[in-house]
Amino acid sequence: MNDDIRADPDSLLEAIQRQERTGKLGQLKIFLGMAAGVGKTYAMLEAARKQQAAGVDVVIGYVETHGRKETDALLQGLPVIPRQQKEHRGLTLSEMDVEAVLARKPKLALVDELAHTNAPGSRHPKRFQDILELLDAGIDVYTTLNVQHVESRAHTVAEITGSIVHETVPDRVLDLAEIELIDISPDDLMRRLDEGKVYLPDRAEVAMVNFFREGNLTALREMALRLAAERVGQDVRDYLQVMQIQEPWKTGHRLLVAVSASPLSAQMVRWTRRLADSLDGHWLAVHVESAKALSEADQARLTKNLALARELGGEVITTADEDLVRGVLRIARQHNVTQIVVGKPAGGGLGQFLRGGRFLHRLVEESGDIDINIVRAGKSDTPQPKPILHFPRPTGAKQYLLSLGVVAGVTLLNVFLNPYIRYRAIGLDYLLTIVVLALFVERGPVLASATLSALLWNFFFLPPPYTFRINSFEDAMMFVTFFVVAIVMGELIARFRTQEKAERRREERTTALYLLTRELADALTLDQVVKVVVKHIGKMFNAEVAVVLKGPNGRLPRQPMSGSTLAMTEKEHSVATWVFDHNRAAGQFTDNLPLSEALYLPLATPAGNLGVIGVKLSQKNAPNLEQNNLLEAFVRQAGLVIDRQRLHEAAQQSHLAAESERLSKSLLDSISHEMRTPIAAIASAASALSERGTVASASRTEAMLDEIKEAVARLNRLVGNILDITRVESGQMKPKLDWCDVGDLVHVTVKHLRKELAEHPVSIVLCPELPLVQMDFVLMEQALTNLLLNVAFHTPPGTAVQVSAKIQNDELAVTVADKGPGIPPEALERVFDKFYRAPGAAAGGTGLGLSIVKGFVEAQNGRVQVSNQPGGGAAFTLWLPLGEVPVILPEKI
Amino acid sequence: MSEETLTPVALVIDDEVQIRRLLRINLEANGYQVFEAANGQLGLAEAAHRRPDVVILDLGLPDMDGVSVLKKLREWTGVPVIVLSVRDREADKIAALDNGADDYLTKPFGTGELLARLRVAQRHAQPTADVAVYKSGRLEVDLTSRSVKVNGITVKMTATEYALLQLFVRHAGKVLTHRQILKEVWGPNYAEQTHYLRVYMAHLREKVEENPSEPEMFITESGVGYRLAVK
Repeated sequence: MNDDIRADPDSLLEAIQRQERTGKLGQLKIFLGMAAGVGKTYAMLEAARKQQAAGVDVVIGYVETHGRKETDALLQGLPVIPRQQKEHRGLTLSEMDVEAVLARKPKLALVDELAHTNAPGSRHPKRFQDILELLDAGIDVYTTLNVQHVESRAHTVAEITGSIVHETVPDRVLDLAEIELIDISPDDLMRRLDEGKVYLPDRAEVAMVNFFREGNLTALREMALRLAAERVGQDVRDYLQVMQIQEPWKTGHRLLVAVSASPLSAQMVRWTRRLADSLDGHWLAVHVESAKALSEADQARLTKNLALARELGGEVITTADEDLVRGVLRIARQHNVTQIVVGKPAGGGLGQFLRGGRFLHRLVEESGDIDINIVRAGKSDTPQPKPILHFPRPTGAKQYLLSLGVVAGVTLLNVFLNPYIRYRAIGLDYLLTIVVLALFVERGPVLASATLSALLWNFFFLPPPYTFRINSFEDAMMFVTFFVVAIVMGELIARFRTQEKAERRREERTTALYLLTRELADALTLDQVVKVVVKHIGKMFNAEVAVVLKGPNGRLPRQPMSGSTLAMTEKEHSVATWVFDHNRAAGQFTDNLPLSEALYLPLATPAGNLGVIGVKLSQKNAPNLEQNNLLEAFVRQAGLVIDRQRLHEAAQQSHLAAESERLSKSLLDSISHEMRTPIAAIASAASALSERGTVASASRTEAMLDEIKEAVARLNRLVGNILDITRVESGQMKPKLDWCDVGDLVHVTVKHLRKELAEHPVSIVLCPELPLVQMDFVLMEQALTNLLLNVAFHTPPGTAVQVSAKIQNDELAVTVADKGPGIPPEALERVFDKFYRAPGAAAGGTGLGLSIVKGFVEAQNGRVQVSNQPGGGAAFTLWLPLGEVPVILPEKI
Repeated sequence: MSEETLTPVALVIDDEVQIRRLLRINLEANGYQVFEAANGQLGLAEAAHRRPDVVILDLGLPDMDGVSVLKKLREWTGVPVIVLSVRDREADKIAALDNGADDYLTKPFGTGELLARLRVAQRHAQPTADVAVYKSGRLEVDLTSRSVKVNGITVKMTATEYALLQLFVRHAGKVLTHRQILKEVWGPNYAEQTHYLRVYMAHLREKVEENPSEPEMFITESGVGYRLAVK
C-alpha cells in the first residue's frame, strides 16, 4: 500500500536523523485524549511518579489539576518550578517559567496542555514551542493533548462539533513524540461530566455543552484511536528502516526481481514467482528507471513485464535511479528483501558480457547479507532487434529551430568579430554558445547545434578557410575537444532533466497518495470513504469514477455506491463482474474486454476481493506506466481502507444485534407481565359479573366494572407506549414542527389527565410573555403526559406536582416537579434508559415511559434533564430550542 | 331522520364483528335503528339504500380505505359521518376530517362519548333555517349585524378575529383542522402558516373565554385543530 510513500529515500534518511536526534535530544511523550476529562493529566502524573520512583529527576513545569482531589494527591512529592506571572490588561496570567526549567535542567519535565497559547509577551507565543526548546536542551517532556487540537484534525473536529478550534499543534510535533492514548468510553466521560469531575474553561458556554454530546464524543474517540494507531505504525516503520541498515529483518523470505524491458525479464519474473511460492515468501518486482529514454517497443514490453509481475502476485515498485545497482539495493533494503534474483548474462558479445558481469559483480559486492540468486535465463521468446546506436526521441521542432537560429546568429557575429580576434577564440565563442544553449533545450538540439557549430567553425574560420581541412594538430585537437565537450554537455543536461522529471513525478505521486491517505483517515463511514476515493481518483486522473462493492450475497450489485460519478450500463456492469470474478483488471486500455467504456480494477485485499473500481479516463491514450502505478496505488489504498471500514461496521453491526437481542428479551419479559396483569383483571371481573349464583349487589357490580375500565386503560396505555417506542426506535419519526402555544400545551395535557391526577394537586406556573415555540404538539403532549403519569404512579397520593414553563438562554424549559420521594441518586442517570426501572419503584410499568419522553424530545432537537430538587422530589425538564418567531402585524379593530 | 318514523337510522361500516355487535347493542338501547356493513362496498350500497341519519365508519376496511369510502359518500350525500378507528396518528385524523368526516373517535372509546358525538353531528346535519343569532353559554353572535357579545357585553373584534369566530360558529361542535381554518380565514396560501392561527386563537380566547388559559369554549384538539364546544 504505502510502499510508494516509503520508497522515498528521504524517509529513510529522516528516520535515521530522527533516531540520531532523539539520541541526544529530550524525548517527548504525549498523553493523548479525545476530550477534556478523560484523565490525561492524571495518567501523566502517574507515569511521572513511576519515573521518580525509578530515580529519575522529575520536575513539574506546569500542571493544572483544576482542584481535582485525586489529581492533586499525585502532585505530592513532585518538585514544582514556580510559575511566571504575566500582567495582561489587568489580568494576572501564570505561565511556565521556561528559563527556570532550563536552568534547573531536570531529566524529565511535566508540562500540561501542549496546545496552550501563552500570554502575550511570553518567550514563545505557543507552549509547544516552549516544549521544543526543552527537548533541544536534552530534557525529556511529558505533556497532554486533546485530539481536537491536532492541526490536521482540527478542521474535521470543527465540522463534527460545530465549535471552531483555535489552538492547534502542528503534526510534526506529534511526529517527534511517543504517544500514549488515554481512552475511556463516551458514556464514562459523560458520567464524569455530570458528576462535575471535568473542568471546563467556561461552563456557561453552550458550545461546550454541545461539544460533549455522545455522538461527538464517539467520533472524537475514533479520531484519537486512529491517530494513535497511525503513530504506532510510524514508529514500527521507523524502527524497521533504521534497524535494517545493520541487518535485514528475517521475518520470512522476501524476494526481489529486477525487471527491465528485456524479454528475458518475463522469464525471470516467472522464476521468482515459483521460488517465492516454494519459500512461502513475498516478492517484489522492481523497475529502476534511468535517464535513458525507452523506445516505444521497449516501453510496451516493460509495461507487459510489470503487468505480468502484478498478475502473478508480485508487488511492483518503480523507482528512479541512474545507477541500476544502487536503485535495486535501495528498494531491497527498504523492503527487507532477503534474496535478489538476477539473470545470468547470456553470452552474446563481449560488451554485453562485460556490462552484465559488472552489474553482477557490483551487486554481489554491495548487497551485504542479502542473498543473490543468479538464474540462467533461456533464449528469449522473441528475438529482440537491437539497434546499434540509440537515437533519442526527436524533441520539439521548435527547439531545433531555436538552436539553429542561435548558431546562425553567433556565426554572423563571429564573421564580424573575425578581423579582431583569432579563430581559436571564435571556437571558444561557439563552445560557450553550446553550453548556454544546453540549459534551455534538450539533448537532440544540443548535439545538433554542437555538430553544426563545429562544422561551421571548421569551414569558415579554421585555416584554411572555406574548406573542411584542418592543418595543424592543435586545431584538430581543438576540433575534437569541441565535439566531446558538446556531447558530454548534452548528455549531462539530458540526464539531469530526466532525473528531475522523474523526481517531480514521484513527488506528485507521493503527495497525491498522502492527501488521499489523510482524507481517508478522517472518513468515518463507508460512504465517506467512497466519496473520498471517487473525489481523489477523479481529480488526479480527470476521470469519472464508480465504486461497486460486493453485496451481502457475495455478488457485485448492479448499482455503484452513492457518490460515484460514473454511471454503468448493463454491459459495463458485466465487465465489472468479470473483473470481480477473475480478480484482474479489464476494460479500456487492457488486454481483456478492451472495447469497454472504462477501465475496471479489482479492489483486492489480503482478505479477498471487495469489489471493483471503474475509471473512465478523459484521455484517449492508454495511461502510461507512471499513471498506471499511481492508479493502482490509489486502488490498493482504497481497498485497504474499505476493508477496514467494512470490518469496523460489521463489528458494530454485531454489537447492535447483540444489544437488540438483549432489548427484545427484556421487552418480552416486561410486556408479557404488563399485558397479562390487566387481562387477568378483566377476565376475573367479567367472570364475577357473569356468575349468576352470587348475589349481585349494585356496589359490587360497580366495583367490578371499575376494575375492568382501569385494566383496559392500562392495557391501552401499554399498547400506546409500545407503539411510541417503536416509532422512536425505528428512526422513522418525522416530527411535524409547528409554531405552538406553550400555555395551551400545558393546559391541554393537564386537562386530559384530570382523572389520572385526581389525587395529585397540580399547579401550573407559566412565565408571562412566552413566545410561540416550534414543536410537534402531539409528541410534546405525549412527553408531558408520560412525565405526569410517572408522578401519578410513583408518588404517594396527595403529592403536589408543579408544571412550569420558562425561557432560559434561548431555550424553552418545561419542568414537571413533584414533592415526592425523589429518585435514588444512582438511578438518576439511567432513568431515561429503555426498560430501566428505578430500584424501589412501584410495581407495574414497563420502564418505557421516560425513554419515550427522551426519544420524542430529542426528535425535536431538544433534550431532557432530570434532577432531585433541593427541597425533595424529582424534577424533569424538557428543553426545546427557540426559533425566530415570524412577525405577525397587529390588526386594527 | 328517515321520513316514516322518528327513529334515527345509523349505519355502521366496520369489519370487526365484535365492534359491530357492541355498537348495535348500545345504539339500539339508545333508540337508533342500526344497519351494518362489513366492508366499504357494502357500506356504500347500504348508505344509498337505507338513507341513514348518521354513518359510523371504520378506516381500516378489508376492501378499500375508509377515507376513500368517505370521499365517495361525500360525492352525493352530506350525511354526518363519524370516523371510528384504531389509528390514532394525527395525520390520519386530519386526513379524515379534511375529507369531510364530521368527527373522529379513537378506539377504544366510551359509549357515552360516542353517543354525545353522534348527537352533535346529527344536529349539524339538520337544515338550519339560517340562524341569525348564535347563542351558546356566555357567547352571543349576531351573524347579520356582525356583533359579538360576551355575557351581554359587546366585544370589539378585528376583521380576522370575527372571520375566525364566524367559522367556528357555523361549525359549532365540529372539529376543524388547522388547514381548514387557515384556508377558510386567511386563504389557500396560508394553509401551513400555523403561527397565525395560534396567535389569533389566543386573541379570541382572551376576548371570549372566562379563563383564557383554561378554555372551555375553544377546545384544542391536539395536533389536529380546534373545536367550538356546544353548551
